[in-house]
Amino acid sequence: MSTTTAAAVTDEEHPHLPTPEPRELHTAVADYIARVRGGDVGSLPAILGLVVLFIVFTILRPHTFTNAFNIANLVNQASAVIVIAMGLVFVLLLGEIDLSAGWTAGVSAAIMGVTATRQGWSWWVAVLCCIGTGAVIGTAIGLLVARLGIPSFVVTLAAFLGLQGLLLKIIGEGGTIAIRDSKLLAINNNTMPVWLGWVLMAVIVALYALVSLRRAAARRAEGLQSEGLSVVIGKVVVLAVVLAAITAYLSTERSRNPLVSSIKGVPEVVVLLVVLLVGTTFVLGRTAFGRHVYAVGGNKEAARRAGINVKQIMLFCFVTCSSLAAVGGILLASRDNSISPTTGGAETLLYAVGAAVIGGTSLFGGKGKPLDAVLGGLVIAVIINGMGLLNQPSAVVFMVTGAVLLVAASVDALSRRRAASTGRV
Amino acid sequence: MTMPSATATAPPAGDGQPILSLRAVNKSFGAVHVLQDVDFDAHLGEVTALVGDNGAGKSTLIKGVAGSHLFDSGDYLFEGHPVTVHSPKDANALGIEVVYQDLALCDNLDIVHNLFLGRELTKRGVLDEATMEKRATETLAGLSVRTVRSIRQQVASLSGGQRQTVAIARSVLWNSKLVILDEPTAALGVAQTEQVLRLVRRLADRGLAVVLISHNLNDVFAVADRISVLYLGRMAAQVKAKEVTSNQVVELITTSRSGSIGLSTDVEPDADDLQEGMAEEAAADGEAVSTPTAATREDTP
Repeated sequence: MSTTTAAAVTDEEHPHLPTPEPRELHTAVADYIARVRGGDVGSLPAILGLVVLFIVFTILRPHTFTNAFNIANLVNQASAVIVIAMGLVFVLLLGEIDLSAGWTAGVSAAIMGVTATRQGWSWWVAVLCCIGTGAVIGTAIGLLVARLGIPSFVVTLAAFLGLQGLLLKIIGEGGTIAIRDSKLLAINNNTMPVWLGWVLMAVIVALYALVSLRRAAARRAEGLQSEGLSVVIGKVVVLAVVLAAITAYLSTERSRNPLVSSIKGVPEVVVLLVVLLVGTTFVLGRTAFGRHVYAVGGNKEAARRAGINVKQIMLFCFVTCSSLAAVGGILLASRDNSISPTTGGAETLLYAVGAAVIGGTSLFGGKGKPLDAVLGGLVIAVIINGMGLLNQPSAVVFMVTGAVLLVAASVDALSRRRAASTGRV
Repeated sequence: MTMPSATATAPPAGDGQPILSLRAVNKSFGAVHVLQDVDFDAHLGEVTALVGDNGAGKSTLIKGVAGSHLFDSGDYLFEGHPVTVHSPKDANALGIEVVYQDLALCDNLDIVHNLFLGRELTKRGVLDEATMEKRATETLAGLSVRTVRSIRQQVASLSGGQRQTVAIARSVLWNSKLVILDEPTAALGVAQTEQVLRLVRRLADRGLAVVLISHNLNDVFAVADRISVLYLGRMAAQVKAKEVTSNQVVELITTSRSGSIGLSTDVEPDADDLQEGMAEEAAADGEAVSTPTAATREDTP
């Protein structure tokens, strides 16, 4: 009676498993469609939204919206929100929130302005001071949330108010700090030479292809299911076509008067965005730290029992968020040529949170990636920019942006429900 | 209700050294004496079921073994040597793994990620996904787990039995010697329960020592080699599963005594005591403390 099931035991210490066939294009596409149908929509809504918005605004304003000048402008406008949103992804993955990221950007930028303009320090020292300020703010928030256990909503709401006051104190009532350093101004205004834009594009595609092929080879060597050559080539071709189209468009002459001054090429800020995107994606996707961030966001207690230092992970995420917000502050200041008491204020933070959510990052934690911030940030920038070209008042722009955010949140909720019913979360 | 043979509570001789031996361990939470001079043994290659009513001290005993609590007194012997376990990390280092009732899996991660959670393999600072996936596949295959479709699917998409399987597989991935399972079949259906019990049996047959906490005596008799009964913080009996009947175990659980086995003097707890005990995971109160300890047993046929 005691060991009725013992006979069923087969001890296989070293089972010989057949190596699965590489996944070729048709199965990969079928898998993807099955995933989307199952509720795992990922960034698809943001991409579709971007395409739809582009088509709508192109039809409504065929000459002004799609001209190269405006598209380049769009990138510069979106960059700060995208970078702040990238930082927010770290905090949102934990299921926490940072309401103060906007003002962190403002205060950090103000520190940069003071050191670069009033103190006359060189630009890179000012940039380091700026990012350092962000890191200090993030450390303070992180310690209060992780060590004292105060809800992040409350801590960052307090920081939201406090930093707003601090910014006003640094700059002075009604004052501004002008940025005169040419390097700082270049960051979010200049464009790189046309050839460099193409080189950059080629390097990105080549690196992507190399990494994909090496991973597939490594998995095949280990006897695991790998991506077939057709899938890798398919992905590389799609990436190459999209990037080439963007680069080609940005490489056209967009000066109103090319004889006086020529403007063409990819904005320099794109390099920064690509570096940050690749860097944060690598950290979250390929390191133990990143895995632990997802684990804490998915099940804090499970993470703790698995021996993960939850408090430390939370602290690091808040520091990363605020540091990236500081970088966003640099972009804001560079774009505006100055820092004012409203830099990083108004709707900056809300746009950044909205960008992450529209891109597919969940406010409940455990789901999201840095690419979401880029796609969502572009969606928001396109709305603001397109509505501006339609000569719509701010009232309408706000309402439309709000509606889009609501649609994005609804898509998230519906796909979640679908995912729950198909067991995909 | 008579016993066929003379085995009582003492660890049976001739079955080799137990890998885990607790001798006269005590644990109090404030005035509540939760564990009183408890002896407990677990053997390699055997499933030892730990049974007892709510508040009998099962969880406290397990938490002590796992390093979540420290025993107040008594000896903790692992592989015959006295050891001190101050934290779950110490227990892990010895080769002790606990699978908790509420699983502790991350729904948003896939099976491989969960198996290696907190102990990810890295190569030059980068996650070594290929090796982890390979080892995960081998471990699941070694446990004859064939019910999962893909080990890259998210844990959220698994059934209760499959989730339990993943949790158990995680505990054997690290060359553990003693696996403690806290109510692994509590929330499962019939087929899934059987699936998990088969896995539990397989762990023991692979040479691990398994401690199974369960309320379900059917499960206990299906897989256990030995049964240890806790009663109000004292070890009422440690018997071989073959040598007792289900009814005897029920008697031991409810009254600490069945025929010639069990505690020598019955302690009839009143309802209030039991309820208090449930809340505190403790069983003993002032009345119980004054009664004879588990050391006083009848061993004679």
